[in-house]
Amino acid sequence: MTAGTGLTIAVPRGALFADTLDLLDLLEIDTSELRSGDRRLLFSGPALAQRGIDGIVTMRPSDVPTYVEHGAADLGVTGKDVLLEQTEREVYELLDLGYGRCRMIVAARRGDDALAESLRRLGSVRIATKYPGIATRHFADTGRQAEVVEVKGSVELAPLTGLVDGIVDLTATGRTLVENDLEEREQIEVCTARLIANPVAHKLKAQAIDALMARIRGRP
Amino acid sequence: MIHPTPPGTRDVLPDEMRELRALAAVLRRAFEGAGFGEVRTPALEYEDVLRRGDERAGPPGFRLFDSEGHVLALRSDMTIPIARVVAARYSDAEPPFRLCYFAHAFRAVERGRGQAAEFLQGGIELVGPSAPVGDAEVVSLVLEALDEAGLRRHRIGLGDASLYPSLLERLEVPEEDRAPLLERLGRRDLVGLEERVDRLDLGGEARELLVTLPTLRGGPEVLERLSGSLAPAVENLRACYELLSERGVAERVILDLGLVLELGYYTGAVFELYDPAVGFTLGSGGRYDDLLGRFGRPLPACGMALHIERVHVARTAEERLR
Repeated sequence: MTAGTGLTIAVPRGALFADTLDLLDLLEIDTSELRSGDRRLLFSGPALAQRGIDGIVTMRPSDVPTYVEHGAADLGVTGKDVLLEQTEREVYELLDLGYGRCRMIVAARRGDDALAESLRRLGSVRIATKYPGIATRHFADTGRQAEVVEVKGSVELAPLTGLVDGIVDLTATGRTLVENDLEEREQIEVCTARLIANPVAHKLKAQAIDALMARIRGRP
Repeated sequence: MIHPTPPGTRDVLPDEMRELRALAAVLRRAFEGAGFGEVRTPALEYEDVLRRGDERAGPPGFRLFDSEGHVLALRSDMTIPIARVVAARYSDAEPPFRLCYFAHAFRAVERGRGQAAEFLQGGIELVGPSAPVGDAEVVSLVLEALDEAGLRRHRIGLGDASLYPSLLERLEVPEEDRAPLLERLGRRDLVGLEERVDRLDLGGEARELLVTLPTLRGGPEVLERLSGSLAPAVENLRACYELLSERGVAERVILDLGLVLELGYYTGAVFELYDPAVGFTLGSGGRYDDLLGRFGRPLPACGMALHIERVHVARTAEERLR
């Protein structure tokens, strides 16, 4: 946890950024600087301190559990997809914030049946994903052998080029899938934004964290 | 050319070594002063022995074979080896036994997570006295030792490993639903816990209790949340807290009804140490009344281990504040 008396909050940039700032606004935490669009990553000042916030740090969602686990931030907001992928992180998952809803799915090329065909004739399927942990677990849990290929960029490309039979990926609207001639085959999990806490901060800053949670729960 | 050390291990050079030694010396003096004699056990144990201590534990981080093909493992903590020592070497002696240790323990780590695979533990084990007297002795001695080591802001979380399971039993939650709930509690997944509790279709009060209990932490007022037929579940905690008040260390104690530790052998009180300067716990421990019986000498016991290198970080931060 952070050494100050107030809270330090890790806020994800990207898809969850706007909704997270709206949430902070509802809690009457000043977000004008975060919204100003400058390149700073760390925000603090008297307006935040007045609300019991020592600082707000912004980062990509998948880094939020790292900062929170090590206590560089007391609280953080990140997607359930990130937490499912990083299951070994020792953080408290405190609250389902409800926004940022999307789904972790298995998808394959429209029309053909590469997934079933590979399983039947080759004994295993090849799956491309940015979420190797989730993909490996999902296929193991459903009793199928899978060879998981980790890619960093656009996963949709992998089945189109024959690199793999299918993908495991996060989808919100499904548009990218359609545009790339892919279709959903299985849903693994529905993912929303979560509030997480450092285990030490959860004890030593209990009052501040509980007060904040009560305000989030009671929001309109 | 630079030859690396394995992930999670490191060299310690003289400046740090002097400070670590000095820190361990203060703690050792406090432990020895309270009658806890220091023991040393082998870094390598038979894997079977370690597994006997904690069947639910995953495989040890490091395993090897000796020349006769026996599987050896590097110890992952000192509690199980000391349980073995007590059962084997003090089989006829009259308890209590008060022992302390300063030794390295080993755990598997993932690359890039900044965790230690080899870490220095210092701790105490108290064999013989049962709850709550033994628990209070261990907690107050560790708190005093840390005072002497120069920490000023450390706190101890006090919970009970049997609390949530006994609550599930008292509320007559079906057997097959208990493990998934405890698993989510152990992972600190309070969102998943709530989801799972909601599926049980319990009455409003029982549901509320199962969901909020893990978030109850603070002073003695949290114990009042369990009343009527559920009150006995916190009797142990209440008694332990009272003893700690008598010993004058209650202001350092955070009662934590949701505290669960990953080691499977705890049967009663569990402890975790915190300091605002460090994001991780400085140490942990608890009561393990079934462990020594597995080695043939059934005796109640309780202990606590400090992560010496993290205590060192907290102490360094403390010095900067002065």
